[in-house]
Amino acid sequence: EHEEEILRGIKTQKGNPSSSGRHRIEVAKLLELKAQLGGDDGKQTFVLKTAKGTRDYNPKQMAIREKVFNTIVSCFKRHGAETIDTPVFELKETLTGKYGEDSKLIYDLKDQGGELLSLRYDLTVPFARYLAMNKITNIKRYHIAKVYRRDNPAMTRGRYREFYQCDFDIAGQYDPMIPDAECLKIVYEILSELDLGDFHIKVNDRRILDGMFAVCGVPDEKFRTICSTVDKLDKMLWEDVKNEMVKEKGLTEEAADQIGEYVSMQGGMDLAERLLHDPKLSQSKQACAGLTDMKQLFSYLQLFQITDKVVFDLSLARGLDYYTGVIYEAVLCQTLQAPTPAPAEQNGAVSGEEGGVSVGSVAGGGRYDGLVGMFDPKGRKVPCVGVSIGIERIFSIMEQKAELSAEKVRTTETQVLVASAQKNLLEERLRLTAELWNAGIKAELLYKKNPKLLTQLQHCEETGIPLVAILGEQELKDGVVKVRNVATREEVRKASQSKHELNITLLKTMCFMMLHE
Amino acid sequence: MTVSQIDEEVAKLLELKAQLGGDDGKQTFVLKTAKGTRDYNPKQMAIREKVFNTIVSCFKRHGAETIDTPVFELKETLTGKYGEDSKLIYDLKDQGGELLSLRYDLTVPFARYLAMNKITNIKRYHIAKVYRRDNPAMTRGRYREFYQCDFDIAGQYDPMIPDAECLKIVYEILSELDLGDFHIKVNDRRILDGMFAVCGVPDEKFRTICSTVDKLDKMLWEDVKNEMVKEKGLTEEAADQIGEYVSMQGGMDLAERLLHDPKLSQSKQACAGLTDMKQLFSYLQLFQITDKLSAEKVRTTETQVLVASAQKNLLEERLRLTAELWNAGIKAELLYKKNPKLLTQLQHCEETGIPLVAILGEQELKDGVVKVRNVATREEVRKASQKRGWGNVCSAVEKIL
Repeated sequence: EHEEEILRGIKTQKGNPSSSGRHRIEVAKLLELKAQLGGDDGKQTFVLKTAKGTRDYNPKQMAIREKVFNTIVSCFKRHGAETIDTPVFELKETLTGKYGEDSKLIYDLKDQGGELLSLRYDLTVPFARYLAMNKITNIKRYHIAKVYRRDNPAMTRGRYREFYQCDFDIAGQYDPMIPDAECLKIVYEILSELDLGDFHIKVNDRRILDGMFAVCGVPDEKFRTICSTVDKLDKMLWEDVKNEMVKEKGLTEEAADQIGEYVSMQGGMDLAERLLHDPKLSQSKQACAGLTDMKQLFSYLQLFQITDKVVFDLSLARGLDYYTGVIYEAVLCQTLQAPTPAPAEQNGAVSGEEGGVSVGSVAGGGRYDGLVGMFDPKGRKVPCVGVSIGIERIFSIMEQKAELSAEKVRTTETQVLVASAQKNLLEERLRLTAELWNAGIKAELLYKKNPKLLTQLQHCEETGIPLVAILGEQELKDGVVKVRNVATREEVRKASQSKHELNITLLKTMCFMMLHE
Repeated sequence: MTVSQIDEEVAKLLELKAQLGGDDGKQTFVLKTAKGTRDYNPKQMAIREKVFNTIVSCFKRHGAETIDTPVFELKETLTGKYGEDSKLIYDLKDQGGELLSLRYDLTVPFARYLAMNKITNIKRYHIAKVYRRDNPAMTRGRYREFYQCDFDIAGQYDPMIPDAECLKIVYEILSELDLGDFHIKVNDRRILDGMFAVCGVPDEKFRTICSTVDKLDKMLWEDVKNEMVKEKGLTEEAADQIGEYVSMQGGMDLAERLLHDPKLSQSKQACAGLTDMKQLFSYLQLFQITDKLSAEKVRTTETQVLVASAQKNLLEERLRLTAELWNAGIKAELLYKKNPKLLTQLQHCEETGIPLVAILGEQELKDGVVKVRNVATREEVRKASQKRGWGNVCSAVEKIL
């Protein structure tokens, strides 16, 4: 109806040249509407695409995803974590005021007369809400779910508006650094098991950073903004970072240089020890507290046997405001192959890198003691430390790996195809397949009354089914079913009078095949 | 300072203020989830994981793959697909980009996925949450965010084989989840429509009558009939005819019987549906799941014959014949009503699985015969009752049995 009005409006203005532009726009709108409604024959046209920044997962991707989740969840369970789930949207007020500038990236739901809602932006704020709501003071939990951010997706670089986060957090008042050490142990285990190649984990501490800024002469009110500039060191050269500090953020060159000296430092427990005796840095109580805890952390990491891949790196400054203590980030050391990396990531001369191109971080986290208190009406604090695994990045890497490798990714787990060699054997196929299902064996049959044997074998090859049980007229008379290894074509004949025997034969054959893979 | 820096600092100060809690500015926190949604605590998650594992194992055992789709779709993808329920769709706010809505089910996204990827054959499962803005009655377990667990086979195949596999899967899942006894009802849209047609329902009322019939699992027949006649404008006769059909349950035998039903067999649609139903049941037998399908009931009695009357005032004759059957060692029953309706007596046979009915009628009694009918096939065997002792009837019944 609205469009009709516009049309009428246009018609009355027909003679007026200045309306031709608007005219064109309205015509375009009407044509769109017409296309949607489907024109004269009423056939509805479908716009066949997903929303910007989102994608479907096809069966191959799901198979890869399942493997990755299984590895990660096994690790969490091995460490005694439980899991929770929260709704995909929260009350808008729950998310308000928690993400600083990023708040503009939150997806809101339309006001449809009820509560105002927003899609969750991460899993940490819902976690804090959950703890406060249920008055929980101690929990070790993991949560794997999708989150939503309306930023500019660069699809080729693997950034989406809907993506998985995989969080692990330990909440509760405990003796210092033990839970923090366990988080790092978990990251180490996961990245090792996923077989993504070499990696290392940088650790630092918000208190050491702030202490360092203080003794370098950075005014208090500039801490955060200088911190976010330092954070760019993994993407920019020092010269450019210094430039930003001095020219954009108003630091003295002297202060910038002093910061420059510190942020080039890397090491282990030895560095923490050394800095505790640094004449300048030791003047900051904050920094000393952070350094003492860092030593303690490294002593635990030694006991956990993971110090070979952990580095105390003073240039690490993670973005999020709510960290209050230790912070860490895991990076892979090499790309597997070169899909054109973004220019910013191409330069291997990032301070401290030993060569090889960083693919960006695959995990990050830290301690955040003040967040839950923000949700509690009485401001009761529940200290937390946790890590978020960058699962989307890991998916892309695994997908790339799968494409490069000769091995096929199977999208089903079928073990046996029940086939017939001649016509009119559908009944026998249905019966045998049901027997296999009842025995817990993964089996399929083609939905055709009289399929050709070749077609059935081709199906096995295409989908990777390792065994085929072939029913034939003669064999049925003789009371046997031919079981064939699809790949080698090797046959194992076995009696079918006892279906039990057939099942055992199949299971034995499958075990044998698995052992010899 | 830049504007963004100022904003940052203000946010920090407000946060700090909230933390410190001052007299005036204490931020009240509303600690709750959105209406109709809930968190899952670790216990619930542990249960959920077990259930999903059982279900997914079954899907995998049958060779299904899985996909995932985004939680929101372009609004236009969902528009026009859900009829009246469209008002229950959650829209996202127009924030300057595409118009989006949260998915309402997994079927429309599936159809979009198939079309988008030009897929003609797939066997897929999809377990994910969907969103509906209806009135949640939390105690009744209805939420606005809830899981759906779909399994679908897409593609052109020989008839009824995939359909049978779907039922086999439901059977396996419900058995493995150990929820207690269950049964699966099957029917066919073509049989329903055919039935409506031969009962005199006008074409344009098919859908609305269908939704009334659907209420039979919650309402009594009298109320359903009432709605059909008073609200939807059917004749009482049509409603009664529908009533006879919808009380029927059985297995392949019922499908066979209905194929010979003089009225229903006039509908081509119904015949197609019934033929397929027979085919389906033959496959279900091979899959060994017919025990849980609509009324392959476990019988609780062993009655062989019901002695019934077709008109009023035949109680005496019924009592006499029943006694004779008992004396001959045949297991027989009669209804404890002086003047029961024939339909009611036949329904009793069907509900309790009595295979034969001996029907006494005024005319037949004058002719000296008793109609003996096979309840399942409706096949009739007329037999003499010359000897007032009903001896011939007994032997006839014995022979049939």
